[in-house]
Amino acid sequence: MIRLSIPARQVLSKLTLPVLIAASFGLLLVGKADTLLEERARLALGDSLVPIYVVLSGPLAQVRAAVSGIGDLWDMRAENTRLRAENARLRQWQATALALDAEDRQLKAELHWVPDPAAAFVTARVVADAGGVYAKAVLLAVGPSHFIRRGEIALDESGLVGRVSDVGARTARVLLITDLNSRIPVILEPSGGHAIMTGTNGPRPRLLYWSDGTPPREGERVVTSAEADAFPANLPVGTVRYNAANVPEVQPAAQLDQLEALRIFDYGLHGMASPEARRPAAEQPY
Amino acid sequence: MARDEQLPGIRPRPSLGRRLDIISRHSFPATSTVLLMLLCGLPFGFSDQAVLLPAITIGAVYFWSLYRPAAVPPPIVFVMGMLLDLLGYLPIGTSVLTLLLVHGLARRWRRWLTQQGFVMVWLALICVGTGAAALIWVLASLLSLHLMPIGPALFQATLTAALYPALSVLLIRAHRTIADPERV
Repeated sequence: MIRLSIPARQVLSKLTLPVLIAASFGLLLVGKADTLLEERARLALGDSLVPIYVVLSGPLAQVRAAVSGIGDLWDMRAENTRLRAENARLRQWQATALALDAEDRQLKAELHWVPDPAAAFVTARVVADAGGVYAKAVLLAVGPSHFIRRGEIALDESGLVGRVSDVGARTARVLLITDLNSRIPVILEPSGGHAIMTGTNGPRPRLLYWSDGTPPREGERVVTSAEADAFPANLPVGTVRYNAANVPEVQPAAQLDQLEALRIFDYGLHGMASPEARRPAAEQPY
Repeated sequence: MARDEQLPGIRPRPSLGRRLDIISRHSFPATSTVLLMLLCGLPFGFSDQAVLLPAITIGAVYFWSLYRPAAVPPPIVFVMGMLLDLLGYLPIGTSVLTLLLVHGLARRWRRWLTQQGFVMVWLALICVGTGAAALIWVLASLLSLHLMPIGPALFQATLTAALYPALSVLLIRAHRTIADPERV
């Protein structure tokens, strides 16, 4: 080690902070100029941390289940009554659904309908929250030999969750539909109106750009639209709900706060460009 | 370690175990902060949990800069800031700058603040935390060229202030026991 005189050492120690502050401004500029570098660093960090997260997420899920179990015991009676009522209602719907299904099959047989190919999917566990203060995303552990690609679609058991935005060696990051950068073409049912669902970082994304004739109605079902070749048609997204300021929002069908495992579907769509292709137009949402 | 060797007196031979002990006590503030940061990423299952990470990190950096500034020198704070940017999906450099400023302020005020009671230290942290949240918001908005929602920034400032008492109870205990270099 180089021996310095005491005054020199004092000067050096006083200079470290200002020099590093200047360096952080430099870092801000470098990060802005080269977003790819930043993305690579994130993926490498995620890949190296994922074994720790995989080990810890098991016990954590048990703790969460135990805590929610206590809450369930608390309101078991009320829940029981609610479930009985819901069950009775769902039985009626089941009868309707079976009748409609039979009719659907019959009509398709008469039309010689070409069925949509079934999409391949893999299921992966959510091991970490990959969002930030201004981003909503989750990290999946996908194993070293996976075939997940950017732009594939993530669903939980009840609805659309988001899209795969980055893929590492052992991880995949899924950008949620609530993220600020998320824009999804949707169709409202039964009115058939088109709109764009925009993430706001809040729990409910907003609806924008609907056509004049068909404003979104409270309680309408929201499904994906095949426009722009980013999503297949008819994936369940949620229901329309007007907020206090009379802005139409979508209550997501998926439980975005409590994601445990996601199914990643490959529909063979490439609406989301690769990071290299995206580079010249970094300002574009996708 | 250096001060130990400079003081005159009789002390045990510097065996390997003893050296490791000294090193771990000196590096406790930095390593514990990094570990806490990594734990914040686990899916706890409540919404807006991403705000936890900057809140905890700012609190820990502030605490150690006040009570053990030698254990968190600016280069270490710089690395922590990089980690916070990468883990927290903030534009790179944002939290590096923020944490360095938090560290600098805490260091400047430490002579005066450490002689005051907890309430004063906490009030100062509320100011620092609010400033940090505002700075991150401004930088994130500037770098993405559109105005970020103000809600998460307010929540971050609130959470930083609200978590600090609990965090400081834990860290003070560690500071007096396992992280104390005098108690080898």
